[in-house]
Amino acid sequence: MSNPLPLIACHECDLLQREVPAPPGRVVRCGRCGAELYRSAHATVDRPLAFSLAAAVLFIVANAYPIVGLAMQGTRKETTLLGAVHALWSQEMHLISALVFLTTLLVPAIELAVMIHLLLALQRGRTPAGFTQIMRVLQSVSPWGMVEVFMLGILVALVKLTHFAQVIPGIALWTFGALILLMAAAAASFDIRDVWDRASRTRREDSP
Amino acid sequence: MSGTPLTAAACGLLSCHVCGLVSKAPPEGTTGHCPRCSARLHRRKPDSVARAWALLSAAYIMYLPANLLPIMETGSLFGSQNDTILSGVIYLWHSGSWDLAVVVFIASIMVPFLKMVALTLLLVSVQRRASWLPVQRTKLYRLVELVGRWSMLDIYVVTILAALVQLGSLATITAGPAALAFGAVVVLTMFAALQFDPRLIWDPLQKERTEHD
Repeated sequence: MSNPLPLIACHECDLLQREVPAPPGRVVRCGRCGAELYRSAHATVDRPLAFSLAAAVLFIVANAYPIVGLAMQGTRKETTLLGAVHALWSQEMHLISALVFLTTLLVPAIELAVMIHLLLALQRGRTPAGFTQIMRVLQSVSPWGMVEVFMLGILVALVKLTHFAQVIPGIALWTFGALILLMAAAAASFDIRDVWDRASRTRREDSP
Repeated sequence: MSGTPLTAAACGLLSCHVCGLVSKAPPEGTTGHCPRCSARLHRRKPDSVARAWALLSAAYIMYLPANLLPIMETGSLFGSQNDTILSGVIYLWHSGSWDLAVVVFIASIMVPFLKMVALTLLLVSVQRRASWLPVQRTKLYRLVELVGRWSMLDIYVVTILAALVQLGSLATITAGPAALAFGAVVVLTMFAALQFDPRLIWDPLQKERTEHD
């Protein structure tokens, strides 16, 4: 039981396959159903780490500054993401407010924090503290991060507003756009399977 | 033997749902744990079909109030107006942004509905142990997983509008009761898709093959 089998079972059709060598960054697909089995790993985790760190900086900026402002007959109103969540909450829409908070703020924050913690440790050749729990959190949380959908939502809202008021795009609007690209780049250069392999390798070195 | 695709289950192996490691299945009637990450091992997601059906039925029910009740209430000096999702699309269309009208129509009305129909089709076919078009049905499942999140679009639009348009007597926008129902549809169908195990699509094929041998 101690030696892991060098086999992959497709998570979508359960077909047993062997790992094949591929150039770094290339996606390897299941021969039967075409599901993505894994992405061939780069020699280091520098790439996803760099993208995640940059994304974390932008994430803070995106939340600190207003997304959009509205000017109409001398009154001016602008909102941050947290401000929008708060506005919904005070309109007695508690569940919706919580849903927006989870999908656009909390989940992306957890994802970024967890990835940076994980990758920093792996880069130094260590297994991060609480590794298996972290991987489980990352796996269960990741379908619920929806920053890119939120971005499209902002754009639709802006178009609706331009008809009856002057719309002032805020700093966070551009930052959210860049954040989406960086998060996509981080996700594309990060492979769960590779992380497990790295971690079990470093563990074996720790306890020979 | 050659040319016959073998699944892990047919070889007495299980793959861990957390770390993906393939290991020997525990003897019948006992629960095994993954040797690498010590997660509980399952041959397939437990009660996948029953759980997916339950979540999907709830989503079907919530789809009605989501489309019939107002999602947004606009108040101004000139009276108040309640908008359903569909009337919002019609408004966008008439105000000249037909492209956005199409985006919102697809994301908020078509996608949630087609997603529920697709999940129903997958669940029925799996329950009848159908063996037709497994590749296409797997692709359909992948599409459902990929596209589901985009239905949150309308929730975010309402969030931004309700936060910004608070201009006193000039205009105020608040979220309507359909927002909650609509959010529930999106979350429920996402959970249903997560509960569904696409490997069930392929299991009947394996059975057929072993019976032929």
